[in-house]
Amino acid sequence: MNITLSITKNIHNWLFSIMPEGIASIAEMVLIAVVYLAIFAVAGLYLVLLERKVAAWFQLRIGPNRVGYWGLLQTMADALKLVSKELTGTVKADKFLYNLAPYFVIVTALMALAVFPFTQEFQAFDINIGVLFLLAISSIGVIGILLGGWSSNNKFALIGAMRSGVQTISYELSVGLSILTMVLISGSLQLSEIVEVQKNGWLIVQGHIPAVIAFMIFMIAGTAETNRAPFDLVEAESELGAGFHTEYSGMKFAYFFLAEFINMFIIAAIGTTLFFGGWLSPFGITESIPWLGVFWFVGKTLILVFLMMWFRWTFPRLRIDQLLTLEWKYLLPLNLLNIVLMALIVWLNLTIQF
Amino acid sequence: MSYFGNIYRGIKTLLTGMSVTGKYFLTSRKGAITQQYPDNRDTLKMFDRFRGEVVMPHDEVNEHRCTGCQKCEIACPNGSIEIIWDRQVDPETGKKKKMIDQHIYHLGMCTMCGLCIEACPTDAIKWAQNFENSVYDRSYLTKVLNKPGSKVKAGIED
Repeated sequence: MNITLSITKNIHNWLFSIMPEGIASIAEMVLIAVVYLAIFAVAGLYLVLLERKVAAWFQLRIGPNRVGYWGLLQTMADALKLVSKELTGTVKADKFLYNLAPYFVIVTALMALAVFPFTQEFQAFDINIGVLFLLAISSIGVIGILLGGWSSNNKFALIGAMRSGVQTISYELSVGLSILTMVLISGSLQLSEIVEVQKNGWLIVQGHIPAVIAFMIFMIAGTAETNRAPFDLVEAESELGAGFHTEYSGMKFAYFFLAEFINMFIIAAIGTTLFFGGWLSPFGITESIPWLGVFWFVGKTLILVFLMMWFRWTFPRLRIDQLLTLEWKYLLPLNLLNIVLMALIVWLNLTIQF
Repeated sequence: MSYFGNIYRGIKTLLTGMSVTGKYFLTSRKGAITQQYPDNRDTLKMFDRFRGEVVMPHDEVNEHRCTGCQKCEIACPNGSIEIIWDRQVDPETGKKKKMIDQHIYHLGMCTMCGLCIEACPTDAIKWAQNFENSVYDRSYLTKVLNKPGSKVKAGIED
């Protein structure tokens, strides 16, 4: 537990002064978990709103503008509606797995958030294998999708889930390898350490050519990882109804939906931390005010989120064979070449340092 | 095409697509095509080609152009048009002549296909851009297109 920003330090000291040590640390963990849950549930809702607004602007529409000023409460109202709806299911569904699946997806999405450094020393869990932890956690999410598709006793859901399995397992490789490329240059798996390295220039500048290639591969594979268009054949509306969550309703559907958007935020946050200096300000302009790091981190993340939305509303959906061709014939060999290139650059000290 | 040529072409075409949508994104404020309907009811103008309902225009002396040829009635695929006609003595020539009594149009059955308007040889009926067509009883949807007391304009049949 490494939260020592002044406000969190005060709470930390206060908790430890009124309780015995064991209870205090448990209380602190619960407190942090509740704060993260609350913040990211709301943030997920607002990402949905952002997506709808951005989609509208891309299609020359206006978008949600009735509920609250400028439509700001639209997704809140949607969430309230989803909470109040009946939870339905199919007759011969595997009830236990069917109910378990949404929690797999949402819990893994929220767990991955724990390791991000939002600003200097503002991080719930500064584990020294942070990048590995992220990769491991994000590959658990696909189990939830597979379980949901399989247990809901529906052909569409099963096909969607199987596609998801194929897609996520393939693209996991590309995400992993492109992150590995950046680990080569940063020399650490700890996320706070990786940000620390970037004080001499963001990694996308330090690593120049291979870093840019790695970033492009990471964005493509990351979009595929979150099952969003153009890689949304998991839930292809025109082919499969809603894919793996066809049979889900009410709050369970909302979990899947929220998890998709939190996953998008996570991919963008990984991109920010690994390529664009995490919470570091450009040229160190606000270095003396550490809490502004949250602003820079969220700002950069939202730009990458916007990039993914841009992809979604521009490109048509890939066919399953095109999807696998792209991964196995293009991204993977390029990625392996890229790692060699990056290793050469690090070895010969050709990185750009400020 | 070579392997790297494919990659280059792929990236180039993707960026072209993104620049197109990006331009739309930046200009969407000015070019938004959404009509905020009940709010802009006073200023909303429907497009010329919008098919609201079939009307029969009358001029200022209450004369229409319908000769009662029934081509529209025959052209209509689902019987939305019924023409009640009669042979009456034309006061000018003294001959018996086919004249419409009522041109009945069932808006509730109309599919807005426009075949009647294409079939009309004298342009007696045309599309109106009126779109607020909902009523509380379906009997209101049966309309008589020619106004009471109207007659056919002279010289149309020639």
